[in-house]
Amino acid sequence: MLDDVATTLDRGVALISATASLADIDALDAELLGKRGALAGFKASLGTLASVDDRKAAGQALNSAVATLTEALQTRRRELAADARQLDLAAERLDLTEELSAPSRGHSHLVTQAWERLEDVFIGLGFQVAEGPEVETEFYNFEALNMPASHPARSGFDTMFTDYRDDGSVLLRTHTSPVQVRVMETIEPPIYMVMPGRVFRRDTPDATHMPVFHQIEGLVIDRDITMAHLAGTIDAFTKAFFGGAFASRLRPNYFPFTEPSAEFDIQRPDGSWIELGGCGMVHPNVLRAVGLDPDQWSGFAFGFGIDRMARERHGIDDIRDMYSNDIRFIEQF
Amino acid sequence: MKLVLSWLEELAPALARGGTDPSAVDSLAATMTALGLQVEHVLTVGTTVDGVITARVLRTERHPEAAKVHRVFVDAGDGVERHVWCGAFNMAAGDVLPWATPGTLMPDGRTIEPRPILGISSEGMLCSARELGLGDDHAGILILPSDTPLGVPYGEALGIETETVFDVDLTRNRPDCWGHLGAARDVAAKLGVALAAAPLPLVADGPHRSAPVVLVDGERCPRFSTLVLSGVSVGASTPWMARRLAAAGMRSINNVVDVSNYVMLELNQPNHAYDLDTLGSHGFRIRRAREGETMNTLDGVARTVTADDVLICDGDDVPIGIGGVIGGLESEIVPTTTVVALEVAVFEPTAITRTMNRLGVRSEASGRFERGVDPFGIERTQARFVELLRETCPDLVVHAGAVDERHPSLPAVQRCADVRVSEVNRLLGTALTATQIEALIAPIGYTRLDVGGDANESVLTIVLPSWRTDSHAEIDVVEEVARHYGYDTIGTAVPRSSMHGRLSGVQHRRRRLREVLLGIGLDEAITDTFLHADDLVRASLPGDAIRVTNPLQADEDVLRPSMRPGLLRALAFNESHRRPGVRLFEIGHVYPPGDRVSDLPPEYEGLAVALAGGTAPAAMAVWRELASAMGFGARVDQGKVPTGLHPTRSATLSIGRDIVGSVGEIHPDVLDAFGVSERVAWLELDLSVLLAAEPKIVQWKPISRFPSTDIDLAFQVPDTVAAERVDRAIRQSAAGLLASLRLFDVFRGSGVAEGNRSLAYRLRLQASDRTLTDADIAAVRDKAIAAVVKLGGALRS
Repeated sequence: MLDDVATTLDRGVALISATASLADIDALDAELLGKRGALAGFKASLGTLASVDDRKAAGQALNSAVATLTEALQTRRRELAADARQLDLAAERLDLTEELSAPSRGHSHLVTQAWERLEDVFIGLGFQVAEGPEVETEFYNFEALNMPASHPARSGFDTMFTDYRDDGSVLLRTHTSPVQVRVMETIEPPIYMVMPGRVFRRDTPDATHMPVFHQIEGLVIDRDITMAHLAGTIDAFTKAFFGGAFASRLRPNYFPFTEPSAEFDIQRPDGSWIELGGCGMVHPNVLRAVGLDPDQWSGFAFGFGIDRMARERHGIDDIRDMYSNDIRFIEQF
Repeated sequence: MKLVLSWLEELAPALARGGTDPSAVDSLAATMTALGLQVEHVLTVGTTVDGVITARVLRTERHPEAAKVHRVFVDAGDGVERHVWCGAFNMAAGDVLPWATPGTLMPDGRTIEPRPILGISSEGMLCSARELGLGDDHAGILILPSDTPLGVPYGEALGIETETVFDVDLTRNRPDCWGHLGAARDVAAKLGVALAAAPLPLVADGPHRSAPVVLVDGERCPRFSTLVLSGVSVGASTPWMARRLAAAGMRSINNVVDVSNYVMLELNQPNHAYDLDTLGSHGFRIRRAREGETMNTLDGVARTVTADDVLICDGDDVPIGIGGVIGGLESEIVPTTTVVALEVAVFEPTAITRTMNRLGVRSEASGRFERGVDPFGIERTQARFVELLRETCPDLVVHAGAVDERHPSLPAVQRCADVRVSEVNRLLGTALTATQIEALIAPIGYTRLDVGGDANESVLTIVLPSWRTDSHAEIDVVEEVARHYGYDTIGTAVPRSSMHGRLSGVQHRRRRLREVLLGIGLDEAITDTFLHADDLVRASLPGDAIRVTNPLQADEDVLRPSMRPGLLRALAFNESHRRPGVRLFEIGHVYPPGDRVSDLPPEYEGLAVALAGGTAPAAMAVWRELASAMGFGARVDQGKVPTGLHPTRSATLSIGRDIVGSVGEIHPDVLDAFGVSERVAWLELDLSVLLAAEPKIVQWKPISRFPSTDIDLAFQVPDTVAAERVDRAIRQSAAGLLASLRLFDVFRGSGVAEGNRSLAYRLRLQASDRTLTDADIAAVRDKAIAAVVKLGGALRS
């Protein structure tokens, strides 16, 4: 019997190494080790052996053969599985550049992109963001800003008026400064806020002007705020928004709501200057109009165009393209 | 305002230390800009063309084959005969002409090259006046005086002098700079150079002769002065004056009118010379116009004035000018004028603005009165006028009896402001002393009258110059200190914000909303705020809307109550450019008309989504995505469909009684009206409501460790029963055992009764405390079926 076991073992090992598929292995597993397999037969006939020693010897040989075959089957099974996986992988090859056009992520408007970038820069400088109505009263758009009814500067704003009230006192805001007034009326200083928003001027559209456009203004009211703080904030903004190689300067200008007033320019790394916007120290009359004591509080305000930022950044020749809603334009950014 | 360099230099001789050297001019321009006199352009007027010299015609000769040109032989003084083809025939032998030598670059960009005609080349070109930028004359070649030297630049021969002109954009707070003196004073102070002396005060050297003035309305005209001058002879101006006026953009008329304009451009004081002999009663009455009164102004227009306008009338009350704005035709200076009444007056600025706007007239004078002239500059104006007119009228007589009518509304002769040294430094961030402050502003006329205050606070009483009508208070002086100290010397400091920099909750949620929309592939549009009244009709929107009373385009006066017209127009535009299927959203304000009683209309921020080629389920999918991402909740009510939307495929979205939006499809009639051929899925939300609420913070629910079981149920449900109700019924029936419910198939057609559809649901059942038994599952199944049957549905087998 020992010989038979040995022969079966040898034959089994040879058969295992000759298998070519996982199915062959499974079949062979049953043939060799199954309930009706070759070795099972030997196990059943162990009892027919006469001597205890023979039975012991044969039993040990049998166990050893089972272990060896089991091990060989497993090894071969792993080899075959790995081969089969390799074949599968090879067969599954895909060309990843065979891309069918699929809906892509949408594109936010260039004004939104500039708007959010500007907000983020000012948030980083410790500002919050305030908003307000686009349809405004003459009071908030002019009077509270040191521009009483007869003020000649009013005519420079090319205001559009509405029929909301019979007296024509409701208009489309010409700047976001009304929000400054509303902020000062509702929040106790210190105030560090920017006011982005849509504004309206009765300007014929051309490559650089739209009657409807967007502006961001800033307002700081605190104790001991000086014009140096204004210049410093403008410069910090310039470097944060455009880059460290950009510089800024202030030069005298006039606005009814600030004094001293300034225009601020930024200097490109190539040395050329761009006029960016207006700024100045909040006029004492404006502080008084919202009930702040100009001897206790001082502050500055500034403002400039958002659309203009987008136009500069992306080299857009004609601002009207930004408002065409032409998908071929929108998709570019 | 055009400021002529030579003029500024006459008023402040050391101004441009380098003369007209380009770098000195640039540096002066930079100084002006740094003072707030923003130089937009530096112009050079009276330039000549290099390479064009004088030459004498030797002879002319026709060529038998050339009809339109002839041959001209010239000598440029060097004895060499040169041949030029010429198309003009107005010259004869002996004439002196400007000859452009070969290689000359002409003002129109041409370079003169030897261009042969009939094989004979041309050496240079003979020039017309227009070709040299000397006027409009192009009828023939410019013939110069016969004694003109030969071979010299024509500019030299003609005595052309170039002037450097600064084109300056002046701000409203610098009325003084509308005269050269104001600008010269400012720049001289900055550069530390002196102003030239003022003209000597006027001395009347003739007998008493007055032009009396009756100031009926002194509020509109606080000061009106007259001075009678005789011995006037009207003729040409001196060349230098004509040249400066031209450089400043004014045409030379005659010596009297030119002096008047010149003095205005120098001192910012408009003035007017009348022919005294033509003035009724040889005097003036200044009064309000009568409503509807008309007069002929010197531009030849008959103008109707109102009771708000002020008229200058002669002594017989006949209007001769609209005060401060425009003169009349009748009393103008004529060639025979010998006696002149010089008017120098001050008009109230805001009334001038109203008159200008009403009449649509903006003159050199009215612009200056509107900004404010020096109410005490009249004497200097008269003196300067006489000084300059004497140059062409040596027999000029200044008569005694000058009239100077003043009204109490005229400002005080001396206006002052108290300026705290500490306030200057507090606002500018400087550490200036009282002495330094005085030194900065005294040269521009802000002189110290007094020093007061106490040990802690030094207060300067500063006299405000009468020509700075914009200056009233301490802050105005602070600005002057800042300008002359230099904005660029103030330095920079970054304030330490005591606020926490962040977006508000609404702003943060708006950004998230936009991100969600972009993430599902929608592009952002910004459409028109102003609509055509027809747009409302075409979009089936209510007709009542807020209108702009002075719109840019007469028919685009409606403030949009909805973004629908704008977005539909955008879709139509893209469709017409071979881009169907565009999916757009817009976040923007809309302006419903409201009650017109509250201070402001109920403007709010909205979101609109328009999906070209999309159907209602696509709009619902966007709504669901937003609702899930943003924590929005609203009832979908198909019973109420806003006008303009598809009546059977749209719904309103409501929270409680408030409508917060609509969802569905655009009505096909509306699509037709806007020229959109695809279906358009539509969603519109009121963000002022939806973004206002902080979304609830989701609370953790334990995940069951027990196995779950799925059961599928398909029901036949009448079309009249909303799937939402079936969904709700199943959820209620399964109570605590339903882990999820999903509608996975909707089917209409064979096997389903007419007017019904099949709705197939998958219920995943799971308990948190045990494994469900078959009996549990059967019970849920039975209850779910019973609930749907109660709604009118039936289980499909």
